[in-house]
This record gives sequence, structure tokens and C-alpha cells, in this order.
Amino acid sequence: MLRDDLIEYSLNTHHSEDQGKKIRKKIFFVTLLLTVITAVEVLLGAFIHQNSSLWPFVKWTFIILTLFKAGYIVMIFMHLGDEKKWMRNVILIPYFIFVLYLIFIALCEALKVGGALALYGN
Amino acid sequence: MAEHAVILDSKTLWGGKESPFSTSYGKLMMWFFLVSDALTFTGLLIAYGYTRHTAQSAWPIGEETFNSMPFLGHGYPLLYVALMTFILIVSSVTMVLAVEAGHRMDKKGVIKWMIATIIGGFFFLGSQAWEWSHFIHGSEFGKIELADGSQAIVKGHFGEIESFEVIKAGGHHKNGDVIKTDLLHQFQHAAEKGSIYRSESVINNLNDQKKTIAQLNMDTTGVKGAAANIIALNNKLSLLKKQFNEIQSKPYTRGVIVLHDGSIAKINKKADEHLMLITKKSGSKFKVGGEPIEGKKATELYYGSLSDGYANKVVYGANLKQNEYGPQQYGQFFFFITGFHGFHVFSGVIINIIICIGVVLGTYHKRGHYEMVEKTGLYWHFVDLVWVFVFTFFYLI
Repeated sequence: MLRDDLIEYSLNTHHSEDQGKKIRKKIFFVTLLLTVITAVEVLLGAFIHQNSSLWPFVKWTFIILTLFKAGYIVMIFMHLGDEKKWMRNVILIPYFIFVLYLIFIALCEALKVGGALALYGN
Repeated sequence: MAEHAVILDSKTLWGGKESPFSTSYGKLMMWFFLVSDALTFTGLLIAYGYTRHTAQSAWPIGEETFNSMPFLGHGYPLLYVALMTFILIVSSVTMVLAVEAGHRMDKKGVIKWMIATIIGGFFFLGSQAWEWSHFIHGSEFGKIELADGSQAIVKGHFGEIESFEVIKAGGHHKNGDVIKTDLLHQFQHAAEKGSIYRSESVINNLNDQKKTIAQLNMDTTGVKGAAANIIALNNKLSLLKKQFNEIQSKPYTRGVIVLHDGSIAKINKKADEHLMLITKKSGSKFKVGGEPIEGKKATELYYGSLSDGYANKVVYGANLKQNEYGPQQYGQFFFFITGFHGFHVFSGVIINIIICIGVVLGTYHKRGHYEMVEKTGLYWHFVDLVWVFVFTFFYLI
């Protein structure tokens, strides 16, 4: 049975030709940005090796650049930036609470286990 | 996107009918699914991080492992993976353009960009197939176990094998035959079985040793003069071992190979260049994290171990049990994480094709909106998002 009391939210996203132009401009800007970030990452990886003294700095640069890329993909390409604030929060907050805790606990544990293995052998 | 955030008073908002997020049910559920899928991938990547931290410096480094390009060979660290990343980013862009065209009810635009996305997806899948094949087959050198029990990965340029010259006939090849086909494959197979030796005299020596040991093991009780016999055999054995060690301590020049049919052949091979051994498992002499072994010493150690007559001294490529790049779990994580992601890409392409057919048939145009394209777009961007993280944590770091 078709209900006539439901609101069709899907129509909210429609936009005009002019707005479309603006949006496409934004998309191409993000494309360029993501490509440049990837190229920078590869160049850094190719020239600075893991035994270099600069490596810890490069490693954190990689992680920050990755989070940047991820942010742009989620907010612009997936339009999460255009959704209502609480929809954004409902998606992001539970995820981050869980993941940050998991990263913390797993890496702490791994460093201890690795240390023990290095000390007593496999 | 224009009037997304319609302001509603809280009675209308929570009294049913309205969605507090001003979003359709389908889109919201797609987001919830993506959150759960994101948790799965996060779990996998964190498990990878855990294992890697416990293994510490024995873990392979991306730029050492992935440095090949199709048609170009070795020496292009991470370039191929960067190309794959670029392909996926571009296909993500074409997808978002399809969604944008949908918002303008531009059916032709949606079809055009969706087809571009599908093609990009197939390109990515093809690249991944190449990468898997390359990972599974491995390098010409493989990973070698050295005499002190340490394991090292080998870098450098493998000198081409030109031919095998048969010096002792077997079941198939005649004396004096020159074999010119399938050389690398036969060489690697023999190396795995321990059928490569320094010279023919080593083979004879080892055969003599085996015979002597067999004689020693025979039941000699009650035989006249057994004790004297055993002493003589023992002397013979130690002499043979001494001779063996003498031959083994000489510089390696060119080896002989025992082929599949039992024939023995000389190996004609060009010299390797820039050989370098990087220890990935500590032994009594070489430790993980130590300086790489280079130059003549590397050649000596590599071929010394390859030609010492024992099986399983060298590992080529990768499977679920062992791999030439590092610890066993490295291969397993590679197959599981990139495989699971590749499976997502594959299903994404299939879903895109189905939705694209729907667009062509006009299903969504009749509905008055292209939200289905938006939903499949969400899934496709998510696949791109996962790859961004896999690229960083598996390949770069």
C-alpha cells in the first residue's frame, strides 16, 4: 500500500544547472588535491627510507595526509558534510570512540608482546 | 544539497512521520551498513598493526617488496600501487559526477559517468590481479636461509641464465645436450629441492658419504672383523666430509644442476649485479636490523647456501604457509586485507552495473529522483576510502 503521509526526502538533494557548475568545480578541486597528496606520499616514500632519521616525521606525515584524504572523501564525495549535524555525529562519534580505543589497546599490547619476544626469543 | 537542513520544531521532529535527520530510510541504512563495514576493515588493519608491532624490524618494508612495474621490471618503489590508488580515486570522481548529474535529472550524464566508473573499477581489479600474481610468483632470488640459521631477503639484478649444458646423461637428456628453454623455472625448482651444487665432484662426494653411512648403519654384529671395518668406514666418512668442506670453502664460480630426469648439467649464467642481503630472521651470526650484506660476500653467502645440497633453503614468492618477503603472517595479511578489499571492489562493480542498467531503463527517472545512484555511490566511495587506508598502512608505512 502506498502511503501519502511520508515525506520524500530524496527530492531535497535536487539542484539547478548553475548550482551544479559550482559543485563540479568543487569536485575537480578535491580530485586535484587527492592526486597531489598521493603523489607527495609516493615521492616521500621513494626518497626517505625507513632507516633514515627523518622516518618518524615522514611516518606521521603519511598518517595525517591519509586522514586528510579520508576527510575529503567522506565530507565531499560522500556528502556527509551536507547532512544534518546530528546525522554526522551519529555516524562518526561511535565509530571514533571504538576505533581510537582499539588502536590504543592493540598497539600497547603489541609493543609489550614484541618486547617479550625480543627478550626471550620466539 | 540546497535545502538539506529544513528546520523543524521538536514536536514534529520526534512525533513520527518526519525523520530527525531529514534523510530517506534507504540512505541512512546504507550509512549504518558502511559504519559496520568500516569497523570490519578497521579491525583487520589494527590486527595487522598488532602483528607488525610484535614482529618489529623483521617485518617487510613496502618499498622493498612492491617495486615492480608491468613491462618495466624492478626499481620503481610503490609506483604501481600509487597508480592503482590514482585509478580508484578517478573512478570515485566519476561516481560523484554521476551522482551530481542525477541531482539535475540528467539521465545521459548519469549513464556516461556510471559507465566510466565501471571501467575504472575493472581497471583496478585488473591491476590487483597483476599485483597478486606478482606477489605469488615472487622474485628471481627468493628468500635464502644462510648457514648460521638466519634468513635474508635478496635485492639486486639477477644475471640471466643462458643455458644448461648436460655433462651426465639422465633419463631424458643426453650427454652434451644444451637446454635453452624454461631455465629460470627449472633453476628455482632445483634450488628449492636442494639440487644445485658447486661442482660434479660435490655430488660424487655426497653420494659416497651416503653410501658410507648406509654401510655403517648395516647390522654388522657377528661379522668377523666388524670393529675394524667400522673404524675404517668412519675414517672414510670424515675424510669425505673434510673434502666436502674444502670444496665448499672455495669461491663459488658456476654450479651444476641436477635436472628432473636425473641428468647433471653445468649452469651458464651471467653474474648478478648489486646483490644485497637484508636479514629478516636472526641467526647466530646475522641479526635482524643489522647492516645489509653487499658485494662479493653477499654472492658467496647466497650461492653458498643455495648450492649446499639441502632442500628448503630458499623460498620463492608467497603462499599461505610461507613467503619470501618476511614472516608468515605478512603473506596472510596481504592476501586477506587486499583480497577482502578487492572483493568489495568486485561487488561494487557488479552493483554499479545493476544500477546502471536501471538508469538506462529509466527506472529512477520515473521515480523523480536518482537516489539509488547516490546510495551505490556511497558504497563505491567507501571502497575508495578503505583503499586510502590500506595504501598508507600496508604499503607506505
